Amino acid sequence: MFTLQELKRSALISLWFVFLTFPIMVVKVNSIEKTVQWRWMNVVYVLVGSFVLSLLFRYFLYRKEQQSGEDEQQGDNTGRSLIHRLLIVPKYRNMIYGVLLGTAVVFPFLTSSYQVNIMTTALMYVVLGLGLNIVVGLAGLLDLGYVAFYAVGAYSYALLNYHFGLGFWAVLPIGGLLAAMFGILLGFPVLRLRGDYLAIVTLGFGEIIRLVLENWGGFSQGPSGISNISRPGFFGIELSLEMAIVYIYYLMVLFVIVTIFLVNRLQDSRLGRAWIALREDEIACQAMGIDKIKTKLAAFSLGALWAGIIGVVFAAKTTFINPASFTFLESAIILSIVVLGGMGSIIGVIIGALVLILLPEYLRALSEFRMLAFGAILVCMMVFRPQGIIASIRRTYTYKPRNRDEA
Amino acid sequence: MDYFIELFFSGLSRGAIYALIALGYTMVYGIIGLINFAHGEIYMIGAFTSFTVATILTILGLPLLAIIVLTGIAAVVWSASYGYTIEKIAYKPLRHAPRLSALISAIGMSMFLQNYVLLAQTSDFLPFPTLIPDFAFMEPIAHIVGSTDLVILITTTVSMIFLMVLIKYTRIGKAMRATAQDRTMAMLVGINVNRVISATFVIGSSMAAIGGLLIASHIGQINFYIGFLAGIKAFTAAVLGGIGSIPGAVLGSVVLGLTESFATGYVSSDYEDVFAFSLLVLILIFKPSGLLGKADTQKV
Repeated sequence: MFTLQELKRSALISLWFVFLTFPIMVVKVNSIEKTVQWRWMNVVYVLVGSFVLSLLFRYFLYRKEQQSGEDEQQGDNTGRSLIHRLLIVPKYRNMIYGVLLGTAVVFPFLTSSYQVNIMTTALMYVVLGLGLNIVVGLAGLLDLGYVAFYAVGAYSYALLNYHFGLGFWAVLPIGGLLAAMFGILLGFPVLRLRGDYLAIVTLGFGEIIRLVLENWGGFSQGPSGISNISRPGFFGIELSLEMAIVYIYYLMVLFVIVTIFLVNRLQDSRLGRAWIALREDEIACQAMGIDKIKTKLAAFSLGALWAGIIGVVFAAKTTFINPASFTFLESAIILSIVVLGGMGSIIGVIIGALVLILLPEYLRALSEFRMLAFGAILVCMMVFRPQGIIASIRRTYTYKPRNRDEA
Repeated sequence: MDYFIELFFSGLSRGAIYALIALGYTMVYGIIGLINFAHGEIYMIGAFTSFTVATILTILGLPLLAIIVLTGIAAVVWSASYGYTIEKIAYKPLRHAPRLSALISAIGMSMFLQNYVLLAQTSDFLPFPTLIPDFAFMEPIAHIVGSTDLVILITTTVSMIFLMVLIKYTRIGKAMRATAQDRTMAMLVGINVNRVISATFVIGSSMAAIGGLLIASHIGQINFYIGFLAGIKAFTAAVLGGIGSIPGAVLGSVVLGLTESFATGYVSSDYEDVFAFSLLVLILIFKPSGLLGKADTQKV
């Protein structure tokens, strides 16, 4: 597999990386005290690390090329993963769902409220991921400012609660609708743009919202944020802190189930199929009589609706929000979830969210490498496996050739 | 009136720096049709490399001119190497993939580089040594035009002229223009397209490195996050001028720099970045082809 030539090439590449990373990894200067720190150990790490990685990189690239060649020869092969095969059989599927639901229900009784809190966060990202999945995965519109809608939801709850004392349940639909309205407002002018321009405009929009929240002190109380937001009410009963955490957790479980159900139905609906068609070929789609603007706006506003609702939950869960929670990084995390899991695939997005949010929480030592890993994941997924961990399966009609005897 | 001229020159030097970064965006876009999202990070790495090299050389006690020259060379060499390597890792395997895949890969690269510098160096703002002295002959107008502004304008102009000559008269420049026009055709007439693309990244990154060095010594502090904002703004400038067009990038940068400077000077400095982003959104909505760009027709 690895010839001498390959090894030699990797060795050269690793030397190149040592040179490349030298001023950043090895040297660290302090311009005030005028001292230089040489971290020679890093040379060794870079040398070994890039040697192994370059071998792996080229090996996987080679395998990918092999595979795509084979696929072309065999025609459409249904490269379905184990999870897909399990989910196709109703018996297994119901069993898996039952086990998952059971675990979700008993989870708070088995663990501490700290764990429950983390799980709630992960579930919030599951819903956010599913919401963004509508926009990016199904409709193929790369939205880099998704966090703006999340911020709209969170701030609408915080402000309505602060000024008018409105409760969680009253604001939940308002926050969602406001976010959806923002989605339409933004979507209307920009949806004529080509894919990559759209991405940059949404990024700009996300940043504008954050900067406005940061600077318009009279409206949003600026960088210091809004605190003492009330937690969700439970039929007027005062809950203790621990009970409130568990309560929000169950709310999120409910939200996740509802979202999965809705997104699943949406995907197979007329609208969902129009999104997928639009993603594949816009011109052909218009020729088939699909209203491009209306379909895209629907995707944008529905995606935003979910972000807004989760924004409200976020504000209620943390009881404190400030603009720092709504940076571009947040959008990037949600995008990583969708890309890692597999664009358009519901199970993929759920697994992606759980992996990306829970892993850094439990591997505390690695948590500072979190964003580094997210970046690397985005690149590697695009290079090696653009369809994600669990690819979405296109609805296909299976054609069974009739037996000759019957005919 | 003095205030107006002051704002004008500060806007001009701001625009000059944007132009240095915007050129990288526009050249890469012209050739492979990709928004190189990691370009801002290359500029940031250029600034960090110059910070490291300049500090070491200052400790060694070299004369100022030697420090400036050596720092410039180091920044260009390393940034160009980063640009070259990024293209090989993140974009080359995706050359036939859909546009969005390459863009997502670019975003990933940008996140990776930011956090790589954050982890390997520091998250704090680092004070950058003053490299450009206050010239004596600038004394009478120093309150309007700073010495750094002058150096920035001169350096940028020289770099632009160099780039123009490179693209107009050299062999590689000709190959670049050919590749930008029609990649398949360029391949057919025997141009090594991979080499042209690499060269584009190297040249664009070198420009960004010069920009990084200039801005770092102008503002006096650097941080791992400076690339993101500068990158977005330079991209705005490139789009404003018409992405893919080199004179357009320069014009767009100057317009953006002046707009920002006057807006912060006369309206409010709190919303400095909002102006840039709003400008970007407005251009893309009303004139996506930019000031000097040509509208591309979609082929069916």
